Amino acid sequence: MTPGVVGWAEHPAAVALAGRHRLRPLEPIPWILALAFYFLFPKYLGFGTELLIMILFALSLDLVLGYAGIVTLGQAAFFGAGAYTVGILAKRGLWNEPITGLILAAAVAAAIGLGSGLVLLRTGGLTLLMLTLCTMALLEEGANLAHDYTGGFDGLDSLSITPLLGVFEFNPLYPKTQYLYVLAVLFVCFVFVRTLVYSPFGQSLTGIRENTLRMHAVGAPVRRRLVLSYALSAAIAGVAGGIWAQANAYVNLGTLGLDRAATVLIILVLGGYGRLYGAFVGAVAYMALAHFLSKVYPTAWQLGLGLLLVVIALFARNGILGIVEAAVRRRPRPMP
Amino acid sequence: MIFGVDVASMILGGVAAGMVLFIVSVGLSVTMGLMGFVNLAHGGFAMLGGYVVAHAMKAWGLGFVPALVVGFAVIAALSAALERLLYARLYRATELDQVLFTIGLVFMMIASVTVLVGPENQPLTLPAYLRGQIDLGITRYRTYSVFLIVVGVLIVSGLWLVFERTRTGAQIRAAVDNRRMAESLGINIGRLFTLTFAFGSGMAALGGGLGAEFLGLDPQYALKYLVYFLIVVAVGGLGRVTGVFYAALLIGVLDFALKKYVPSGGTMFIYALTILLLLWRPQGLFGVKTT
Amino acid sequence: MIKRIVAITITVLALGLTSAQAQEVKVGVALPYTGIGAEFAQLVDHGMELYLKLNADQVKPYKITLIRRDVKDPGGANAKIAVQELLTQDNVDVLAGWIYSPNAIASAPIVTAGKKLAVIMNAGTAFITNLSPYYVRTSFSMWHAGYALGEASAKVLKAKTAVVGYTDFPPGKDSLAAFKRAFEANGGKVIDEIPMGGAGAVPDFTPFFQRAKDQKPDLFFVFVPAGDHAAAVVKTYAALGMRQAGIRLIGPGDITQDTKLQAMGSAAVGLITMHHYHADLDNPENKRFVEAWKKEYGATSTPDFMAVGGYDGMAAIVHVVQVLKGKIDADAALQALKGWKFASPRGPIMIDPVTRDIVMNEYLSEAVMKDGRVYQKVIGEIDGVKDACKEQKIGPCAPAAK
Repeated sequence: MTPGVVGWAEHPAAVALAGRHRLRPLEPIPWILALAFYFLFPKYLGFGTELLIMILFALSLDLVLGYAGIVTLGQAAFFGAGAYTVGILAKRGLWNEPITGLILAAAVAAAIGLGSGLVLLRTGGLTLLMLTLCTMALLEEGANLAHDYTGGFDGLDSLSITPLLGVFEFNPLYPKTQYLYVLAVLFVCFVFVRTLVYSPFGQSLTGIRENTLRMHAVGAPVRRRLVLSYALSAAIAGVAGGIWAQANAYVNLGTLGLDRAATVLIILVLGGYGRLYGAFVGAVAYMALAHFLSKVYPTAWQLGLGLLLVVIALFARNGILGIVEAAVRRRPRPMP
Repeated sequence: MIFGVDVASMILGGVAAGMVLFIVSVGLSVTMGLMGFVNLAHGGFAMLGGYVVAHAMKAWGLGFVPALVVGFAVIAALSAALERLLYARLYRATELDQVLFTIGLVFMMIASVTVLVGPENQPLTLPAYLRGQIDLGITRYRTYSVFLIVVGVLIVSGLWLVFERTRTGAQIRAAVDNRRMAESLGINIGRLFTLTFAFGSGMAALGGGLGAEFLGLDPQYALKYLVYFLIVVAVGGLGRVTGVFYAALLIGVLDFALKKYVPSGGTMFIYALTILLLLWRPQGLFGVKTT
Repeated sequence: MIKRIVAITITVLALGLTSAQAQEVKVGVALPYTGIGAEFAQLVDHGMELYLKLNADQVKPYKITLIRRDVKDPGGANAKIAVQELLTQDNVDVLAGWIYSPNAIASAPIVTAGKKLAVIMNAGTAFITNLSPYYVRTSFSMWHAGYALGEASAKVLKAKTAVVGYTDFPPGKDSLAAFKRAFEANGGKVIDEIPMGGAGAVPDFTPFFQRAKDQKPDLFFVFVPAGDHAAAVVKTYAALGMRQAGIRLIGPGDITQDTKLQAMGSAAVGLITMHHYHADLDNPENKRFVEAWKKEYGATSTPDFMAVGGYDGMAAIVHVVQVLKGKIDADAALQALKGWKFASPRGPIMIDPVTRDIVMNEYLSEAVMKDGRVYQKVIGEIDGVKDACKEQKIGPCAPAAK
């Protein structure tokens, strides 16, 4: 063998690519922190539950925006679809078991995602943005008009949800069960998304995002992949919405509103999209700041939050994680 | 005869509403088309402009029209400064970073106004000659609506003249169509950007002041109506002044008619209409199709 | 020298001790200090503060501390978290606030679980007080004004036909239902019901009003949320020349909210409203209230029905504090408030012992020009009005089957 030539399997690039999916040392940290939060801050569990649900929601957006490259302002349509599925079934006494309720929520949201994806994903850019926005707004108006089913602006209140696994009750004042329940669901969904992202399917999504023309040229079923990822992301958003309805025992139009859709987009971009953990970082940064600033300055906290967004954006490195990554790369490495 | 009056008043009402939309949105369309920059703070400039106009009238005793001019000038200057200091850094950034930046800016604008002025609605008292009704021959109509239509037509004609008949206008159009080529021809893109941005934000300020009669004026204005501005821009086609004009008119008139005859549909119709229009022509009614 | 220092120190310590003796009662306030409701939050907040200031001797020897939390939006979730944290972290003795009905509805299970008195100072959907046994409302229900106006329209204004325009959300629907029921029970007929857009962005009311005008009713009953909507309504009414066409504009007092009334100017003249409070009410408590308000918050500012909701709510809380001597047990607090009477700026009020909702006067007023400003002249008064929805057990107001 000529010196310097290695077999393809030992090539450093191949080794790096093949090992991408392996667990990195920092990865268990978010979960350890989440569990620690449960023990250290029992009085903040209401806030904590809301935070975990937002992370799940942002994760769903990362799949479609960070990986598939579809910029959407309508993700709350699926969140709301999941929330109202759980809500309407529970309010009418048709179904209130939590875990299966989530599956139903995911299914309904995925169906809407599939339907709207097939129609809307031929467009891109500002047009797609406006189309997703208008679809969501249409759903919101529809929910308002169908107030006999959805409770309209006031929403559906006092949803009765059966205890988790028949044992653990949802306490409105001390949401311990809710917190752990959401954490577990978040974990399961995260594992799913992570596996997906590192699979050939996930890699092809990155390819589509980076160079659609080339993907067409190599024969990848671009359109099908995009619609599928859109539907999957909708399903996860539906789970987030369904679990929100269960944890709060309440649903209203806010689950379908532009406010929620815009917030999750800001959170993801703030944390860093296309990086799986951007959802975690962004949600914690945004919501913790909003929560604690608003306690100290009930009228002016938006100023601080706006400042954070402006500063992070000016770095222009793809959110907080991007800045951290760039800073890490700058450190001099030891010579090989 | 009655039917004719009905249709006439419907068209007048819708056109007047559309004019306000047009005046605010035209700046956004040109900015997004020219600079490719997603400026979600555009509504914030409209809101700030409205506040300047209201303040000029109340605290300095200016008339309505002079106050509008002041509003335009102040916001144009402010936005030019912001453009040079902050926006210019993000021209090469991704759209999402631009979204993050401009939303952060809007939050800061809303919070500052809430703290400095207060959260309540600012009343803007129109001068006596613009209140009440005016006789148009076939029907009596709201004077202010007629005023808005006249102003809107003047503005769109003025803009058309600038874009079609002046050198700067030609430069802007060139840069919208093909920035690289325009740069290589020696056009100073940086200066053009600042000028256009300042002008667009000034127009937003004008719209904020003019629209206060219908849309109110409070800190939340910046975000409340953003969706409508974006719809008008998307339907009209990026960077097309005539596109924005016709899109605003179309939406204004249809919204008006639908509200009158089918009020229980709410805003559903506008959203459904936008979806259909954008699916039919993704580049907007007057936009240029890009591969 | 040393003696003097010691004397001063002892005095200071003694004073410190005595002020520490003033028992502190913590009131958790959940209001939308930011976002679209910020203006209303400020009015309720000022109302509460003014009560404490004006009636400081009623509060002694206790000290009322307000712990404020921003609920940010009417979406429900933030209100829940705010209330949760007020209860579990700040350990408040009493809860207060709620501008938006969805927030009050979402908070109900937590209030019940937390077992603390909760005073609703604005949210007007009728069935809210049924949702938790600890809810007491000092503001109003949409049915108070709507029902009374329906009756008055037929009996006092002698109208036969009416068109109703309403903002399409529960308070609007409540208002419509209340007015229609009373009006038609007294011989009137509602010939058209026009939903006029949502509660968020103010729509252009011209097409809706044009439609109403075309039908030539005796009355045009309008309900829109207080604030920008109301101002736009009055302007559109004037701009379309509806008064000249013989159509009177009526509605609950939300459309002539005192804070917006003067800006409407002469366009508001002729409007007929039914409400439990406006700043021109002629009674000694109100005169004192308005004068103190102007002194505290500016000569051009004025209180309105939201401010009085906060004022009376705080009066209720202070009453409870005094009766229970600072130890606020929720069930005892409810007992203290059931049947409680108070001389409010809006006239005599009482908390209904069965529904825990407010019972108060409703005033029929017409807007006129007087001394260069818009003045609301009271042309009729109905005393001791209860919430008709719960009284007659209509729809969701029927008490939940336990």
